[in-house]
Amino acid sequence: MRPRLEARVGTSRTMVYATPVMAVILTMACGSVLFAALGHQPPAVLYAFFIQPLSSTYGLAELAVKATPLVLCAIGLSFGFRANVWNIGAEGQLTLGAIAGSGVALWAGGDAGPWVLPAMIFAGLLGGAAWAAIPAFFKTRFNANEILTSLMLTYVAILLLSYLVHGPWKDPDGYSFPQSRMFADSALLPLLTTGTRLHLGAPITLFLALAAWWMMARMFIGFQIKVVGLTTAAAGLAGFSVKRLIWITLLTGGGLSGLAGLFEVAGPIGQLQPTISPGYGFTAIIVAFLGRLHPMGILVAGLFIALSYLGGETVQIELGLPLAVSGVFQGMLLFFLLAADVLVRYRLRWSRAMTTQAAG
Amino acid sequence: MAEAAAPERLKLRGITKQFPGCLANDQVDLTLRPGEIHALLGENGAGKSTLVKIIYGVLRANSGEILWNGQAVTITSPSQARRLGIAMVFQHFSLFDSMTVAENVALGLDHGAGLSALTAQIGEVGRRYGLALAPEQVVHDLSVGERQRVEIVRCLMQKPRLLIMDEPTSVLTPGEAEALFSTLRQLANEGCAILYISHKLQEIRTLCDRATVMRAGRVVASCDPRQESAYDLARLMTGADFDQARKPPGRPRGKARLQVSGLSLAAAALLGTPITNINFVVATGEILGIAGVAGNGQNTLLAALSGEQPCPGAGNIRIEGQDAGNLGPRRRRRLGLAFVPEERLGHGAVPEMSLAANALLTGYDRQDLLSRGNIIFARTRDYTQRIVQSFQVVSGGIGSPANSLSGGNLQKFIIGRELLQEPKVLVVAHPTWGVDAGAAAAIHTALLDLASQGTAILVVSQDLDELLQISDRIAVLSRGQLSECMVTADADVARIGLLMGGQGDGHGTQTKGEQRAAQT
Repeated sequence: MRPRLEARVGTSRTMVYATPVMAVILTMACGSVLFAALGHQPPAVLYAFFIQPLSSTYGLAELAVKATPLVLCAIGLSFGFRANVWNIGAEGQLTLGAIAGSGVALWAGGDAGPWVLPAMIFAGLLGGAAWAAIPAFFKTRFNANEILTSLMLTYVAILLLSYLVHGPWKDPDGYSFPQSRMFADSALLPLLTTGTRLHLGAPITLFLALAAWWMMARMFIGFQIKVVGLTTAAAGLAGFSVKRLIWITLLTGGGLSGLAGLFEVAGPIGQLQPTISPGYGFTAIIVAFLGRLHPMGILVAGLFIALSYLGGETVQIELGLPLAVSGVFQGMLLFFLLAADVLVRYRLRWSRAMTTQAAG
Repeated sequence: MAEAAAPERLKLRGITKQFPGCLANDQVDLTLRPGEIHALLGENGAGKSTLVKIIYGVLRANSGEILWNGQAVTITSPSQARRLGIAMVFQHFSLFDSMTVAENVALGLDHGAGLSALTAQIGEVGRRYGLALAPEQVVHDLSVGERQRVEIVRCLMQKPRLLIMDEPTSVLTPGEAEALFSTLRQLANEGCAILYISHKLQEIRTLCDRATVMRAGRVVASCDPRQESAYDLARLMTGADFDQARKPPGRPRGKARLQVSGLSLAAAALLGTPITNINFVVATGEILGIAGVAGNGQNTLLAALSGEQPCPGAGNIRIEGQDAGNLGPRRRRRLGLAFVPEERLGHGAVPEMSLAANALLTGYDRQDLLSRGNIIFARTRDYTQRIVQSFQVVSGGIGSPANSLSGGNLQKFIIGRELLQEPKVLVVAHPTWGVDAGAAAAIHTALLDLASQGTAILVVSQDLDELLQISDRIAVLSRGQLSECMVTADADVARIGLLMGGQGDGHGTQTKGEQRAAQT
């Protein structure tokens, strides 16, 4: 007997939306087994992981702070994923956005005026888009695989950041720590509530998510992206240029990732450091798929994954569990989601090498 | 029905095959006698292919009984079917292009044989049945008709007692088809039973002794096709009455709307055929038919016309007198071009998307469905509704996905989508390919109506009967070259057949394979 996947006749629409929920439940169940094996009470760990971070205003604000870059990157990625453009390098585009925005902040120096922040936001968008333009060029010109080029450019971006904070942009008064000067107040995102780190980036992200929804659901460009992703031949018949859409999806995706990076340095961090993201750009891939590549779904998924970051920190502090629990949770979630997706579209059959007798 | 003296070669009783969500065969009975050519008739999706695959051991029936020469058998695999004496020629050939004829035949045989012995056998079988082939010829160099001969010879080497042919003439020129028929008649005379699957009614009436008609998985009729008119057979197939479209005679030719001059283009696809120096004009109110066997440059020509493949010169293609050779599909549509591609799902329509989205796909400009980058949904729905209503598209509503429609209904939808854009020039590829007779008649009527309103229509089709029926003038595309256009009413069908086989007026008379075969 060997297993075999057989396509189901029709895919149920409700199942498409039910699978993320199922994946979450399965992840929790498997997580419980894991915690039990580590000698902890699963209910206590799950409480510390999923409930405790949300029980204070500060916790809720942190949730939004963590969700902001995830949602921004994931929305940017979702445009490309819808069009079969597999940009894996959001982390690098995020880094370049942070570098470009920081460049403006450091160049402006002390208190330069209200124009600095908008200029930084613009530079962040541009930096991320420029970094994504490289895979776009190679893809449209030489048909180079964007998965490889965008991923490799991520490491280039991180090394570039490392060079800058160790070299030319190092704070001269920073006791040789590899980090830039702290940004001036005019170069920092305003906080929304005192006592938290919740910054202006969060409502901007919410607005952009709504705008992305409008674009994908109501605008012709969103329609073109969806058509190209489903069948390039039909897109060609309709006169939609595949190359143009590769450029558009990569540039907007890169721009939004760059904005996410800028929000990090101009928000919670306040300066350029060797590490500005705990892998938001990679985790955003999970967020994008968990949210079914739909801007509103991504919003929910971004909040959930942000909770997994917070929960990981809480269980580390409260119960002494390793921080890697967050990564394990995220990995399991993606695994269960993809597995559930396969089983929604296919059924598992055990084929046997035996003859079926035709009934007489 | 009177029982013949000879035992039945094959008898099926109550064959039922259930696929997930679809009952493909429902209590099918079928009897084949030695020496008869038996037609299996039915529309697409009637269950013919499923039934044949069950006989050939590719699929297993859920229930039912197979009797071979009076003995109950269970056919579990094609190799077992071949051991019993059942051979099959598939619609899509299974030949290795880079190998010779003899090697391909050797690969298809279950028992080993030396190549030299095989070469002699191929020659013998070829002479006996009039299937001229050069055994050392590489398949890549053969014409489609010759490739089919390789498949048939491969079957005949096993001395079959039942030969199944799946739509064999769909790729053949009229001349090649006639040669195939005499081979089949000779085989039948020697006692072989032949199961002949087709939806070409005319050839079934000339070739077959008996016909079994299937509809929606069931046998609905059994008759002698020679006693029935093509119209009656079609009615049995579809279960509905329909009128055949008729071309009103002698429309006057107006001004040129589509001009193609000196168009040469390399194929976009790896194994595509390039086209060389194509010239033609389609005038107001005229239907020009381009005949030809598939793979002779049709795809390249169509891509050049739709704008999916840019032309070398702007003046190669003129639409309404304007140079359009270097314009993309969108700008050509603005000039008045509408286009129906060969492949419905995946080219003409996005399978997973709704009918409304598929209406938007090509209608966005000419139907004014956009406003500053936003889709006007009310207008899109209204346009889709009009397509569905005017072309009687059977669907689960305009929100249902394109791949939920039957082939005929989707084709009506796509043609309706293009027609409602009131095109000045319409290019249609294989308008009724794989479409049932009722839908085909509706499509033909719609095309003739459109021409009478002044649209210039170019129809590229493999179906010569269709072109003779609806087009005013006809030309043949063969090996990337277009013959001169002939007025259909005066056209000599035999000559068109020769042109389709690449044997036009004096130049390039025989294919390489035929020359070599003639020498052996």
